Amino acid sequence: MAEIPEDEYLLKCTTACAGCSAALALRYVLKAAGPDTVLVVPACCTSVLQGIYPNTAFAVPVYNIAFAAAAACASGMSEAFASEGKKTNVIVFAGDGGTVDIGIQALSGALERGTNFLYICYDNEAYGNTGMQRSGATPIGARTTTTPGGKTDTKKDIDRIIAAHNIPYQATASAAHPKDLFEKVKTALATPGPSFIHILVPCPPGWRIPSDMPVTVGKMAVKTGMWVLWERKYGELTINGPSRAVMKKRLPLKEYLSLQGRFKGITEKQVNELEQQLGKNLAMLAKEEAGEC
Amino acid sequence: MLTIATGNKAVAAAVKAAKPAVVAAYPITPQTEVVEQIAEYVTAGEMDARYIPVESEHSAMTACIGASITGVRSFTATSSHGLLYMHEMLHWAAGARLPIVMANINRSLGPGWNVWAEHTDAFSQRDTGWLQFFVGDVQEAYDTTLMAFRIAENNDILLPVMVNLDGFVLSHIMQSLETVEPGDYIPPMRLPHRIDPENPAGYGAMTGPNDHFRFRWEIERAMRNSPAVIRDAEEEFFRQFGRKYGPTEEYRCEDAEVLIVALGTLGKEAEVAVDILRDAGIKAGSMRIRWFRPFPDLDIGGRDLVVLDRGYSFGYGGVLSSEIRSKYPGASIYSVVAGLGGQEVTYDDIAGFVRDRRMGEEFWFGVDA
Ligand SMILES: Cc1ncc(C[n+]2csc(CCOP(=O)(O)OP(=O)(O)O)c2C)c(N)n1
Ligand code: SF4
Ligand SMILES: [Mg+2]
Repeated sequence: MAEIPEDEYLLKCTTACAGCSAALALRYVLKAAGPDTVLVVPACCTSVLQGIYPNTAFAVPVYNIAFAAAAACASGMSEAFASEGKKTNVIVFAGDGGTVDIGIQALSGALERGTNFLYICYDNEAYGNTGMQRSGATPIGARTTTTPGGKTDTKKDIDRIIAAHNIPYQATASAAHPKDLFEKVKTALATPGPSFIHILVPCPPGWRIPSDMPVTVGKMAVKTGMWVLWERKYGELTINGPSRAVMKKRLPLKEYLSLQGRFKGITEKQVNELEQQLGKNLAMLAKEEAGEC
Repeated sequence: MLTIATGNKAVAAAVKAAKPAVVAAYPITPQTEVVEQIAEYVTAGEMDARYIPVESEHSAMTACIGASITGVRSFTATSSHGLLYMHEMLHWAAGARLPIVMANINRSLGPGWNVWAEHTDAFSQRDTGWLQFFVGDVQEAYDTTLMAFRIAENNDILLPVMVNLDGFVLSHIMQSLETVEPGDYIPPMRLPHRIDPENPAGYGAMTGPNDHFRFRWEIERAMRNSPAVIRDAEEEFFRQFGRKYGPTEEYRCEDAEVLIVALGTLGKEAEVAVDILRDAGIKAGSMRIRWFRPFPDLDIGGRDLVVLDRGYSFGYGGVLSSEIRSKYPGASIYSVVAGLGGQEVTYDDIAGFVRDRRMGEEFWFGVDA
């Protein structure tokens, strides 16, 4: 296992909210990627936490691009670097809205074309930049400003949509498990062609949790099986780290839900629905890992 | 009912009163409050509409198109990049003659990201076939949104209508608001070409040059009909609800020798500037333009015009001053580009533009000396 470097590429002047775990995740992503990296960022919290021109909170170049367009921009950049024989990492760092909703067309196209880049979706399960409206990644029962009674639709299963593109490397990760994240970014960047990493990032204002809680909540997501850490290399799935134990024994989902204000008022029926989906997801992953599907 | 509200909440309240069947919208700063408020109305059962939380603005406009062609009332709201992302479907909505109403909260365009007031978003949709209004205060945002449904759905028009209000300086400020019960002011929507399985027809199929040309002319004809319909909507609004509107809002213009011409909140600010100038013995007036499409006739009468532009056509000039110059080629214009990206422009600044005016020239506030 590679040592996590002391170097910092996300500087201390970010304008992220206190306790932002998207910023925490990004810090480890950049440590893994190193200085020969360009970040492509669509409209999202990351476009805000950079600070205001002429300042920048990053020690690598950041290219901001329109909300729907990150993967297309990265396609152009990646081909351009390749045309000059450069090995610069092209990393998209996009929110869940920019990935599963408005940006999905450009993303799908870039994956299908085999673009050499790493696409990271950091998932705070809502539109943080604009004040926490629902996204396609918001789970059932979560309150957002456009689902004041709790969301009734299911979280979009972006990982299985990405899987259908048969890309060389795909993984999930969590801001609460930075070493695992660091390793996965290293692997992704060492794998030619497109890679996709989906990171769960608990968000204090959006999830209505205190600013010292994102890591606790992120760990609880894994312990309850609500979030599963895995990676898929050339089609081979491995369930990673703490999630291995969770496959056998997990904490009750309510321990995750009750930590968060956004689930206040969730109905029993919705909790059962989440339970069922969670169980189905774990069963499908177990089967896939065992080579049974 | 008398209350206080932000510009955004006033728009949402007007939409609630107009009772659309379908609202499809996507959040963007500074419009978010409109969609959040409507989501809340719908969740609380105060509004009997289908709310579609689409995944992009292209889909927001397209969902409104899909709803509208079945003959029901639909609404959306957006801003800036959201409006631009709809662009293809804005042409579609007008071309398909659908009376969709949209609030656009005026905001600048990137890069770099900037969320504050500018009119470039609306100006860049000038030629899509939408009627466009610009409003100056919270009450007017409410009233114009209500009028928009009546105007759009009038069978002599059948074109979509955009109500523009300045980001933050109007969308987020609180003013008093008198809400009304529109009743038969907005008659039930009747779309003569609505989709009807009992009367099958093909919509939008390949069309030859002659028919295409005719359809475009019909849009233009509807636009030319629209001033009469808008005036009627404004007069009827006055009769029923007591507030008067017109193509322009004029302030101390009668004996004025110089007119400040502007859109939106800059035009409101100009009224204060007029008082300052009058106190100093300068005969100024303010002409705030409310209709942008159709562009109204202006009573400029050989006076000096100081035109404030919150949007620019690169390589040509301030958009509003260009519009006026092309309609009135002899007009004496001092074109002031000011307020881009939320740049602060005070009434003292505006009074200064008038005092220091250099007719026939263009001035970039904060850049030019
Ligand atoms: C075309 C367009 N529509 C809407 C917006 C407004 N907008 C900016 S960021 C954002 C939400 C981003 O959500 P997500 O991708 O989940 O990232 P987060 O803010 O949560 O980090 C929205 C709606 C925009 N910039 N452009
Ligand atoms: S809203 Fe959430 S994700 Fe966005 S900066 Fe704040 S804590 Fe981070
Ligand atoms: Mg998000």
